[in-house]
Amino acid sequence: MTDDVTLTIDGRPVTVPAGTLLIRAAEQIGVEIPRFCDHPLLAPAGACRQCLVEITDAGNGRGFPKPQASCTIPVAEGMVVQTQVTSAVADKAQQGIMEFLLVNHPLDCPVCDKGGECPLQNQAMSNGRGETRFEGVKRTFPKPINLSPMVLLDRERCIVCQRCTRFADEIAGDPSISLVERGAQQQIGVAPGATFDSYFSGNTIQICPVGALTSEQYRFRSRPFDLVSTPSVAEHDACGAAIRVDHRRGTVMRRLSGEDPAVNEEWITDKDRFAFRYGVAPDRLTMPLVRDGGDDGQEQRAASWLEAFAVAAARLRAAGPVAVLTGGRLTVEDAEAYAAFADLLGTRDVDFRARPLSAEETVFLRERVRGHRGVEYADLESAPVVVLAGLEPEDEAGTIFLRLRKGVRAGRTRVVTVAPYLSRGSRKLAAELVACVPGEEAAALAALELPEGAVVLAGERLALSPGALDAAADAAERAGGRWAWVPRRAGDRGAVEAGLLPGPEGRDADRVVAAVLAGELRGLVVGGVDPDDTADPAAFRAALAAAEVVVSLEQRPTDVTRAADVVLPVATAHEKAGTYLTWEGRPRPFPQVFDRPNTMSDARVLRHVGEEYAGLPAAVAGSGLDTPTEQAGHGLDTPGLAGARPGYPTSEDARWSSSPRERSESWAYRDHPDADRAGHEVALATWRLLLDDATLQAGDKHLAATARPAVARVSPATYAALSGSGAGLDGDPPQAVVVTGDRGSLTLPVEVVRSMVDDVVWVPTRSTGRGVWADLASPGSRVRLAPAGGEV
Amino acid sequence: MSERASEKLMPVLTASWADDRSWTLAAYEARGGYAALDTAFAMAPDDVVTLVKDAGLRGRGGAGFPTGMKWSFIPKDSPKPTYLVVNADESEPGTCKDIPLMMASPHTLVEGVIISAYAIGAERAFIYVRGEVLHVVRRLRAAVREAYAAGHLGTDIHGSGYDLELVVHAGAGAYICGEETALLDSLEGRRGQPRLRPPFPAVAGLYASPTVINNAESIATVPSIVAHGAEWFAAMGTEKSNGFGIFSLSGHVRRPGQYEAQLGITLRELIELAGGVREGHELKFWTPGGSSTPLFTAEHLDVPLDFESVAAAGSMLGTRALQIFDDTVCVVRAVLRWTEFYKHESCGKCTPCREGTWWLVQTLAALEKGQGSEADLDLLLDQCDNILGRSFCALGDGATSSITSSIQYFRDEYVAHLTHGGCPFDPAASTAWADSVGRVAGGDSVGRVAGDDSVGRVAGTSASEGRRIETTPGQGGDR
Repeated sequence: MTDDVTLTIDGRPVTVPAGTLLIRAAEQIGVEIPRFCDHPLLAPAGACRQCLVEITDAGNGRGFPKPQASCTIPVAEGMVVQTQVTSAVADKAQQGIMEFLLVNHPLDCPVCDKGGECPLQNQAMSNGRGETRFEGVKRTFPKPINLSPMVLLDRERCIVCQRCTRFADEIAGDPSISLVERGAQQQIGVAPGATFDSYFSGNTIQICPVGALTSEQYRFRSRPFDLVSTPSVAEHDACGAAIRVDHRRGTVMRRLSGEDPAVNEEWITDKDRFAFRYGVAPDRLTMPLVRDGGDDGQEQRAASWLEAFAVAAARLRAAGPVAVLTGGRLTVEDAEAYAAFADLLGTRDVDFRARPLSAEETVFLRERVRGHRGVEYADLESAPVVVLAGLEPEDEAGTIFLRLRKGVRAGRTRVVTVAPYLSRGSRKLAAELVACVPGEEAAALAALELPEGAVVLAGERLALSPGALDAAADAAERAGGRWAWVPRRAGDRGAVEAGLLPGPEGRDADRVVAAVLAGELRGLVVGGVDPDDTADPAAFRAALAAAEVVVSLEQRPTDVTRAADVVLPVATAHEKAGTYLTWEGRPRPFPQVFDRPNTMSDARVLRHVGEEYAGLPAAVAGSGLDTPTEQAGHGLDTPGLAGARPGYPTSEDARWSSSPRERSESWAYRDHPDADRAGHEVALATWRLLLDDATLQAGDKHLAATARPAVARVSPATYAALSGSGAGLDGDPPQAVVVTGDRGSLTLPVEVVRSMVDDVVWVPTRSTGRGVWADLASPGSRVRLAPAGGEV
Repeated sequence: MSERASEKLMPVLTASWADDRSWTLAAYEARGGYAALDTAFAMAPDDVVTLVKDAGLRGRGGAGFPTGMKWSFIPKDSPKPTYLVVNADESEPGTCKDIPLMMASPHTLVEGVIISAYAIGAERAFIYVRGEVLHVVRRLRAAVREAYAAGHLGTDIHGSGYDLELVVHAGAGAYICGEETALLDSLEGRRGQPRLRPPFPAVAGLYASPTVINNAESIATVPSIVAHGAEWFAAMGTEKSNGFGIFSLSGHVRRPGQYEAQLGITLRELIELAGGVREGHELKFWTPGGSSTPLFTAEHLDVPLDFESVAAAGSMLGTRALQIFDDTVCVVRAVLRWTEFYKHESCGKCTPCREGTWWLVQTLAALEKGQGSEADLDLLLDQCDNILGRSFCALGDGATSSITSSIQYFRDEYVAHLTHGGCPFDPAASTAWADSVGRVAGGDSVGRVAGDDSVGRVAGTSASEGRRIETTPGQGGDR
């Protein structure tokens, strides 16, 4: 396949790799053959027949008697091809097809969302007849039908090129849309009662060559020619998918997939596409807020930026030991600014992990992840084996999922997943399951025998599994393969590189909370943390209340802003330029989409506060409390004021080697004696679904309606034990289950999963109430199962 | 002449059809049925392939591809199983040979399947039967049951050590599933639409495994070749179209039915065998091989009905479905009905067939009503030109055949509809009961009577004669 082939197209020689399709070989000499069903990332269909060309010599001295679909014919040495440019036959054939396509097309371009960017419209102009000869009756349908809560189909516009059904089948692996009926009545349909249930459904709208597929979100909202497009990078996961932001008069109207062969090719998840309304939520914070009179003072009031900077700086100066906690939405630039700000404050207590974490993970991130690169997207479709450990790519990293599926479908890659059960995503990857109770991944990984060149992807959830992160990396290295740490959030890898995690002398987020509650820390600078994401939401809220000073950098009101003394509104991803680092470590810079004078990035806000802070004399700031330089236990110099240049990179120093104490403090699962296993005490498996109750998905009910329902999953044996223990009413097997942990109970419909390991229950992390950590159990703890009575 | 015609009759497949309960195993075996099986088992599989090649058997499903050559395309070293699939999805308007064959003598087909599967090394075979003919499906299944019980199917057939499982599968009523790759998709449980080729079925057919797909009549012919030898078969027919085939005469002949004869027989001979065209009428046009083949007229009565001669005369031998239309038939009306069939049966996969047939019907329907202008004929021809050879499979091509050929031979009749302001024919006159119950009553009921004379004139006119059709002045809606 690496050999080159030379052929003649329209009298001009062209050399392309063997296997290239004619339609793309022609592009090499600037000849664009019109097409509809053809898509470079989908298997050839030859359905629309728009790309007909004449092949006067197939390379064997003989020509084809009839025009051929150039999207289905691979090049051959010596082939002679005439496209519409030089062949009257090809030109007439194409014009004939175009005329046929328009026979049943409504030609409602003036009211069609696709009008202005429509391949049918454009190519009808470039390769069609000026006037139609059809004077008959067009086929009509009642319009539209919902393929899903988000995707709508206007059937009369559809030219049944099958791009959408082929995408769903070949790329996403969700073949729930299909052709139904035949002849001119042929249409795209879903099974009765079913929906087009796919995390990638929006891609079908984008590749639809007519206006047949539209989204509830964008339908009738705008005309393409009124939009301004800005390339960007999706902020919802660590995949760094290229997107295009289409906006009009300062409002995002829609987001599309960008094209980046090295990263997301031309596909994005529905979250990347549709979850952007949070930026225009009516409760967006627009003005700084200040609370007068300290912690127990009055209501927050709006303040000027200058006042807010000054008050924040003064309060922090006055507070004493302070910690910096951030969430996952930071750009690299923001993360560096937080790290620099922490240096300025003289604190080593910084952490980006707004989620359950472990000290062991801290060391792993610092010593093995930071600066580590090795795996790239392209490797996922060429490695002989890719091991997923603590990672469900369909839910947590959609771009990885699609790349893996591509490799699996091509027969190049085999996927092995170390997980409690074979999820829907894993099934679509034809993955081999190494069944594993959460917490025991290290042993499973250590037992893996991998071929050379294997790739291991370690998800962030392995932080809670003792020894698992190292075991994952070791498993790959043992086989001469490569590994990567795959976090969920866009800012996580950048935060690791920026040093936004505690050194040996610093406290991690959990210990910061404990220290605030113990009075050892007096202030918190919090940027983008949802308390319910943290390991102990109640403790986090208590710490917010207990802290002398809370400075919050946030986009919309949260429990953090409500508890804060100073709230500094910050820009959303579209309102600032920046860079995300993908899980690979690949920088993904993106420009600012909207320049709003009153909106600043975290970095700029911190710079201003830092300037104020640096300008305050330390003596004035004393007010009887410990000053940063006097903090006990940290043993590090506070950076001098001269060093407090905003945005300066964190220095490499002794902080980055771990101490023996830290290593010994690794997070361990709470051991329960075997006796406790009696009854229905089981291990808790949980991860976040792609679409759930996350902050950045707020504001779009149609997107929310496509989320998968929350269920509890158990193995057949666990279910049998559950239903055998009596509580099923009337002897019926229970339809629902009550899961009870040390923090509360959840009642969920129960789903029996054959591949599930016994004595484990899986529930989604943030799809119910305030989430598992707030409402159910502490990370790593065990829970109890009981059948639920009555309806759920 | 008469003697010559009956000499060309060659009842082989149809020989037993008049026997008492001819479809039973007992009746089939009484005539020596399943004996060819032993002859075949005594040969090496490759020798059976060679035998069929030497006999010169060509596919009876329409295209006439050499059967033995198709068998030899099966790769010998494939790790996947090889399948034999019999295409008995007989759905073409006019074609009616496989269904009577399977009704009257299903065991002929079953024995053919066993020998053919043995030759290509298949241990599993399928007969895909058109779904609407439930009675045929039942009869075929009964025959397969009988064959299993008698040890002709199953394991170690006739002690040869050869195993074969045969499944009779009923389609769901789609013309497109007669297209071999659509048939495979349908057989796999998918939506029946033609597949992109390559890969060809011989390499990746049913379940992506090497597959031979043959027409039911082709397979049913195999036992006779094994029994009588390749020379016997090759001696019949014409130079390149060997052997015999079932010619299905329907329409306006006195004795419509199945006439099994050597290839190369002419329609003149067949009509003679069938007792002539309907009393008091003349042949107007006919299809040599079903509705997908371009029409012939009386001038083609002496074209030898073999693959080459029919092709040279501008049509296709197809499935030897000879639909005979006499001078009472309006060609526009007939063509419109066929076109409506193609519109209904277009699978929808490709644009020219899906949209083209939709449009063709509207244009033709208008013409039949006398609406439009003569320019619409050129539009029709241009539509056909944009469909023929542009569609994904042959269905679209077939849809254009009757239109282009009818305009070629009967352009004046199309124009007559325009000048007449509608169809100048009495549709009741062409019905089978027209002469028995009185054509006039039928004519009255539709409110338009065309006298015998005028009909005769129309029918006797052809474009080649270069005469304008006479129509009654004042009756037409000249636009």
